[in-house]
Amino acid sequence: MAYTKVDQGILDRLRQIIPEPKRLLTEKQDLAGYSFDASFGTYWPEVVIQPKSTAEVAAVMKLANAEKIPVYPRGQSTSLSGGPLPVEGGIVLDLSKMNHKLEVVADDLIAIVSPGVLTAAIHEAAEMVGLMYPPDPSSSAVSTIGGNLAENSGGPLGLKYGVTKDYVLGLEVVTPEGEIIRTGGRTVKNVTGYDLTKLLVGSEGTLGVITEATLQLIPKPPAAATMLAIFDDIVTSGEAISKVLTSGILPAKMEIMDQACIVAVESYQPLGLPVDAEAVILIEVDGHPRAVEEEIRQAAEICERIGARKVQIASTAAERANLWKARKMVSPAITRVKPTKISEDATVPRSQIPAMFARLKQIREKYQVNLVVFGHAGDGNLHPNIVADKRDKEEMQRVEKAVEEIFAAAIELGGTLSGEHGIGNMKAPFMEMELGAVGLNMMKRIKDSWDPNHIMNPGKIFPAPGQRLNLTEG
Amino acid sequence: MSQSHNHKLPYDETVQCVQCGYCLPACPTYQTMERETHSPRGRINLVKMAAEGQLTLDELKGPIDLCLGCRACETACPSGVEYGKILEGARDVLADHQASKTPKPLRFAQKVMFQNVFPDSKKLRLAADAIWMYQKSGLQRMAQKGKLTHILPENLWAFEEVLPEVSSPSERRHRPTAFQPPAGKAARFKVAFFTGCIMDAIFEKVNRLSMELLALAGCEVVVIQEQTCCGALHAHAGRRDETIMLAKQNIQAFEKLDVDFIVNNAGGCGAQLVEYHHLFHGDVEWEVRAKAFVAKTRDITQVLAECQLPLIKPVSAIVTYQRSCHMTNVQKVTKEPVELIRQIPGVTFRDMADPNICCGSAGIYNVVHYEASMDVLDAKMETVKDTQASVIVTTNPGCLLQMKLGVQREGKTGEMRAVHLIELLAEACGLEV
Repeated sequence: MAYTKVDQGILDRLRQIIPEPKRLLTEKQDLAGYSFDASFGTYWPEVVIQPKSTAEVAAVMKLANAEKIPVYPRGQSTSLSGGPLPVEGGIVLDLSKMNHKLEVVADDLIAIVSPGVLTAAIHEAAEMVGLMYPPDPSSSAVSTIGGNLAENSGGPLGLKYGVTKDYVLGLEVVTPEGEIIRTGGRTVKNVTGYDLTKLLVGSEGTLGVITEATLQLIPKPPAAATMLAIFDDIVTSGEAISKVLTSGILPAKMEIMDQACIVAVESYQPLGLPVDAEAVILIEVDGHPRAVEEEIRQAAEICERIGARKVQIASTAAERANLWKARKMVSPAITRVKPTKISEDATVPRSQIPAMFARLKQIREKYQVNLVVFGHAGDGNLHPNIVADKRDKEEMQRVEKAVEEIFAAAIELGGTLSGEHGIGNMKAPFMEMELGAVGLNMMKRIKDSWDPNHIMNPGKIFPAPGQRLNLTEG
Repeated sequence: MSQSHNHKLPYDETVQCVQCGYCLPACPTYQTMERETHSPRGRINLVKMAAEGQLTLDELKGPIDLCLGCRACETACPSGVEYGKILEGARDVLADHQASKTPKPLRFAQKVMFQNVFPDSKKLRLAADAIWMYQKSGLQRMAQKGKLTHILPENLWAFEEVLPEVSSPSERRHRPTAFQPPAGKAARFKVAFFTGCIMDAIFEKVNRLSMELLALAGCEVVVIQEQTCCGALHAHAGRRDETIMLAKQNIQAFEKLDVDFIVNNAGGCGAQLVEYHHLFHGDVEWEVRAKAFVAKTRDITQVLAECQLPLIKPVSAIVTYQRSCHMTNVQKVTKEPVELIRQIPGVTFRDMADPNICCGSAGIYNVVHYEASMDVLDAKMETVKDTQASVIVTTNPGCLLQMKLGVQREGKTGEMRAVHLIELLAEACGLEV
């Protein structure tokens, strides 16, 4: 696809749309800051625009569509899949400054938000009136709701409460052709026509720019309790997870850490976890205080009965925070081992978790990579993380092979490439492996009809001919 | 890698950053300047790109200059990126690069300030004498009334108006060199007091009260003349050789004493002192001596919190606390100041929103980058006003001046005051403030 370069004439026209000069960046040191996300690669935009209104976004899209300039919507660029990377240059649309609206309508159990509002700010605003916005990606203190919507973000609470798409009632969207549309509405029930809302959520910015969202809120559970169980072998921990879930308890969170994580945490900041154990599981239940007390006790009993080496229950907020510390320490601990972190989110059906762990262990040995696994065990969403050093070309080639094999393993076990991070540019080459040629083509047809000039986030989701995973350049 | 790879820039430290963005909400300049160029991960990326030869040093300079150096990003970082090292490493390289471009008279003036004034207590004393004369003779009143001060650029006259009343030359010259606990009270600790350079010239009163409070709390205090400036301003300006020289002089001076602690009362100086060993990587002898010095270094609040202060006079006020960034993010002293404030009878302590965000003072940042600094300060003052506090406590001279300026900018002079924590504690102990 041949795109038009942003020249002086186009900049002049963009300046007429964006009245404040400081919201249109063209200096090299400014563009550098928009050339990356939390995944891989450096791609320079030609101009960065920080719109503050839907009208500005629409005007930019009209111009870009007429001139065939690629447009890359972006929140705060915490993406782990390359979502906001301007792989074809063009315009980066930084929506993080469009954060003027955060309106909670308690009586309707909804929140109406601008795309640049931080996810954590929505959590806070909902809690102020006793409500809750459940999706909780671990980056929620930094990530924008616009980015969460585009990527359909998950989080630990996904097990009980679902993910971003389950809490979106309606959207305001600027189409690739610069038209403003509204999808859905303010009600939970709505079957008027195709569900474009759900199509757009998770479309990774390839079908339009979300400029406002109406989110569903739920009553906040009044109490929570947490337990930690240590297992000598990972298969037993898998059995415990299944047993808890089939005994009438639906925990809010169920997280697992493998032995490599335990070793990394203990050598970084010892918490007293046994380094010879193969798995640690954290379970959190929430709800009515009496139910919570009963359920956490039951879950602990099940773990003990199945064969946990040790079980610990925490009920005060401070004790709970202490148990979660082990999980929170994983990221800082593993980046001390090596600086480059490749964070995957291959997801398998719950029953296949032990099998997936076994496959990951083989991959670790076969390619001699520093592979640790943690993740949301309750919903099968694992986070195999490889730590490496991107300056070491030979090591990165082994990492590439290991990552390819992780994807293959997840699909063979009936799972998916990505549970919550998105496809972006890195995972695009594997789409056909999961969807088949026709399945992928049906998606492509949707893309073609929404975005006839292919200016919305080109280079994402759909692989270029011959494209393969590349972690060794830039 | 490109041919123009710059090997002097701290490249390896930048590689540790995974660009997750967790630092963004902690960064004051990302909030006020609203672009990644002025965010921690943005700056780290720029240093990395400059090291790889993708950017020139001239392109790197602006964003590095505009960093406050508060290091709140280091506290927020989940990957242990040593931003302080990256910043200082970049500043060293930029200072060398810039030296050739700076006009000669300016370079000379900088050299005089850094080499001859900050490290020389006599020269600073003379400067303080001059300020005292100016304040006491009525000159200041005349100058301010006639807006004569406005012939200076705004970034200078703004601070002229909030300078504290400096101690008189005789008060300063007759300060004892040792303070004893009250009669009948056995000494709990023996401490040496680190006076600092600017602190001792402009805020001599706070220094004197610090020593009196330490004595009152049961410490035997000594003050030695051989000590010098901590070198923080030099380090932040990328003047590494001078920083090392000053560190050696202080280590040498204090290691001769048999004391439990070396106590300072300025968050910024303390942060420099506790990182002295970073200056001597590879120099085993000095590294060992620096580590011994660091092991004894304490902020005054750490010592006072361990002792018992006779807080006999209630202070009826709502009090808020503007943390010193370097005390929080480098010294990691966070609990003690709040504990001490809460102990004062009559005080209602109310934290501001985002208490760990910098006030914009940052060494001499507020003079050099006046407008950027005032944007940060104005945002800070909004959160201060929300607390309805009448007293803003600080623990560093730079923050103290900045918050005084904040009070003035908000037109709250008279109903709101900014103080050093030491002044408030002294007031509550019935000392003459």
